[in-house]
Amino acid sequence: MKMETDVNRFRKIVRGKIKENLKKFISSGELIGRQGKKIISIPLPRIDLPHFQFGSNPQRGLGQGEGNLGEPIDQGESQTGPNQGKASDKPGQHALEVEVSLEELGDILGDELGLPRIDNKGKKNISQKKYKYQGLLRNGPESLKNFKRTFKEALKRQIGMGDYSSSNPIVIPIKEDKRYRSFKVEDRPEASAVIIYMMDVSGSMGEEQKELVRLTAFWLNTWLKLNYDNLETVFIVHDAAAREVDENTFYHTKESGGTLISSAFKLCEKIINEKYPASEWNIYLFHFSDGDNWSGSDTSDSFHILDTVLLPSCNMFAYGQVESRYGSGQFLKDLNKHYGDDNEKIITHSIKNKEGIMDALKVFLGKGK
Amino acid sequence: MALDSRLTSELTPELKDIVQEIEAHARNCGLDFFPTIFEMVDYEQMSEIAAYGGFPTRYPHWRFGMEYENISKSYEYGLSLIYEMVINNNPCYAYLLRSNSLVDQKTVISHVYGHCDFFKNNYCFSFSNRKMLDEMANHGSRIRRYIEEIGHDEVENFIDVCLSLENLIDQHGAYIKREETVKLRTSTFDDDLSKLQNTVLPKLPSHRSYMEEFINPDIYLKEQKKKIQKEREREKSFPENPVRDVLKFLLDHAPLNSWQRDVLTIIRQEAYYYAPQGQTKIMNEGWAVYWHSKIMTEMMLKDHEVVDYCDHYAGIVQMSSQKLNPYKIGVELVRHIEKRWNRGQFGVEYFRCDDPSVRQQWDSKQNKGREKIFEVRKLHNDITFIDEFFDEDFCDEARLFTWAQDKRTGKTVIENRDFLSIKKQMLDALTNFGQPIVDVVDGNFKNRGELLLEHKHLGKDLKIDWASECLKNIYLIWSRPVSIRTVLEAETRLLSFDGVQTKIAKD
Repeated sequence: MKMETDVNRFRKIVRGKIKENLKKFISSGELIGRQGKKIISIPLPRIDLPHFQFGSNPQRGLGQGEGNLGEPIDQGESQTGPNQGKASDKPGQHALEVEVSLEELGDILGDELGLPRIDNKGKKNISQKKYKYQGLLRNGPESLKNFKRTFKEALKRQIGMGDYSSSNPIVIPIKEDKRYRSFKVEDRPEASAVIIYMMDVSGSMGEEQKELVRLTAFWLNTWLKLNYDNLETVFIVHDAAAREVDENTFYHTKESGGTLISSAFKLCEKIINEKYPASEWNIYLFHFSDGDNWSGSDTSDSFHILDTVLLPSCNMFAYGQVESRYGSGQFLKDLNKHYGDDNEKIITHSIKNKEGIMDALKVFLGKGK
Repeated sequence: MALDSRLTSELTPELKDIVQEIEAHARNCGLDFFPTIFEMVDYEQMSEIAAYGGFPTRYPHWRFGMEYENISKSYEYGLSLIYEMVINNNPCYAYLLRSNSLVDQKTVISHVYGHCDFFKNNYCFSFSNRKMLDEMANHGSRIRRYIEEIGHDEVENFIDVCLSLENLIDQHGAYIKREETVKLRTSTFDDDLSKLQNTVLPKLPSHRSYMEEFINPDIYLKEQKKKIQKEREREKSFPENPVRDVLKFLLDHAPLNSWQRDVLTIIRQEAYYYAPQGQTKIMNEGWAVYWHSKIMTEMMLKDHEVVDYCDHYAGIVQMSSQKLNPYKIGVELVRHIEKRWNRGQFGVEYFRCDDPSVRQQWDSKQNKGREKIFEVRKLHNDITFIDEFFDEDFCDEARLFTWAQDKRTGKTVIENRDFLSIKKQMLDALTNFGQPIVDVVDGNFKNRGELLLEHKHLGKDLKIDWASECLKNIYLIWSRPVSIRTVLEAETRLLSFDGVQTKIAKD
């Protein structure tokens, strides 16, 4: 269709605009809450060709209707009622809302940050059986008969036997000519992944910190969704004790207790064991905290769980430390000291502010795990 | 040329009969139109045709894609609906939306005949290309060929450049023979200089030598000399007189290669094709609504359709407190004219009458209304239409007002209902099609081959960020620095782009 070309050209421009504004989108949270199941609507400034035009002098205009001088006029009145007749030939002044599939957005993000595609190694044994038509057989049900090949065979035979004349081209297949489509059972590797988000909700984590986590998680989801057919998310909040919550609660819980990081890790271990066996799932662990742990001994407990259970079963463990006025940031130092650069499953990063999210995404996803 | 048959389909037999019936009514009313072909489309096709400005065969460009997404989305969301499209062409093409109810189809068909009559007879359209459907298809294939030869990105980018300048045409160019502005320069600079020295200055006659210095004082002679010099300068300047059709000037004088010149030609031609529709929006819609309402209410409407018809009619002529509805103003003004001429409310005697009650009762039973509105539809455009017929009585009846923002509360409030200021605002908005007036004044600015444009400032400043984007686009065509003289916040300013940066300087 002719219009399709033009729409595609337009969408290409839109893609460029989204790329241009990606940094702003990542750090502003504008896109959160705008996604549906498969698409996301993105507000872009209207893409216009510039013209010599009048600027916006003080707002004035003409109207029609009753009312005394000085009386305010109704702002809510829609200018294009359903019966307006003809679409206006002037472009509207509102922003352009474009709908983009989440997949495309993930693509743009990957392009822009230079993210490598995720290599889900070690999970090749996870598969799903799939039937695929492949090749031909001499026997089979009539419903799967391949007409073209059958007649071809018949023609071959008839020519070979001298039964065919081009002036009277009649081809009649006999049983030996018949060919049937055959199918094969294939193991198709299916990539499933689970992201377990853990967040410290102790008193020192404020709204600002949670917003950082939320924004980061949104983009992590977008990217990982692109890489896995089946992506599940689990949310764990913890202070001194941990519990599994839904997404909404995750971002809106306010606790005041102290912090035992090991509590979250323990719960995480339990969830993995119960629901997400490492042999079948790509497991991503993200932990966000301001870095304050109750005690050194809890930190070493945490490391113990990481070492023995979590690290062996997961693809990666990412620790994002969001800066807060109260947090000491000790846990990040401890992690780095304990693991150094040796353990490549551990990725740590400190997110200072919204501008830092883009870097955090690069660090977290940059290894293609 | 038939349209793409994939896009459209024929009318149902029932509608065919209705079209014939309405066509006969329209002719009986005195409407005079090109043969009109109706096609049925669904809303996707309608959106597509509308996005292409009525021409499904147009050249490829992303903005049509954007338009399409806007139109089809707002239809899907139920925000707006395009009832009809009609193309100024011979034969006239009109599209009917398949999903419309029968009474809507009747209304639209009647409405379309009003437009067709207007296209054929209004003076503004007299130079319009009546084979535009073919022309547009031709433009499309030319541009597609360039895309194949040169590359999609390059051609599309150049189209963007041209489109951003598409309003720099001479709105009245088709109707006026302007002076030939470009003369070959025959004299060299030296010639000019010697001529100036040898020129005998025009002196006032003095018969007594002692009076000479009083009659022709030095100061006077100097002035004369300056005047002559100025005249010479003007003759040397290029173009000699300001050129309104900036696109034409660029075509004639900018260093473009052949495909670029052709693309610019196409954009300019299409801009001229659409110009009369912009100049007659109010009249054209008013005329079409007048006739569809006449044909429907007096001839076509069945009893059971009355309520639906009225409901939709009310929607079309809905008042808005925020902007004027051209359909409403147009049709009411047409009726106002008809009424005045029927009752003889014109001429010296009527205008000299100061007594409002006498004026109101005035009826000399002239019955010239019908004749007058046909004359008006032939000779006027929106500006002259409003200027001549928008009078105080009409302004009061239509309950018009101007609105402005209240400085104290920030709310938009009714500012006044004063006839003159309302009329002034209406005419202001229509002047030059609501576009700034821009002329080429110097094609050899600073004697360095630069281009100087001048914005004729009529009270409104230019949108400066866009203006500088436009300068960049003109630079791409002219390939030498480009400036525009304009007024910003009551000061004359020169906005320039030299290929690297944009500058605003005092002038």
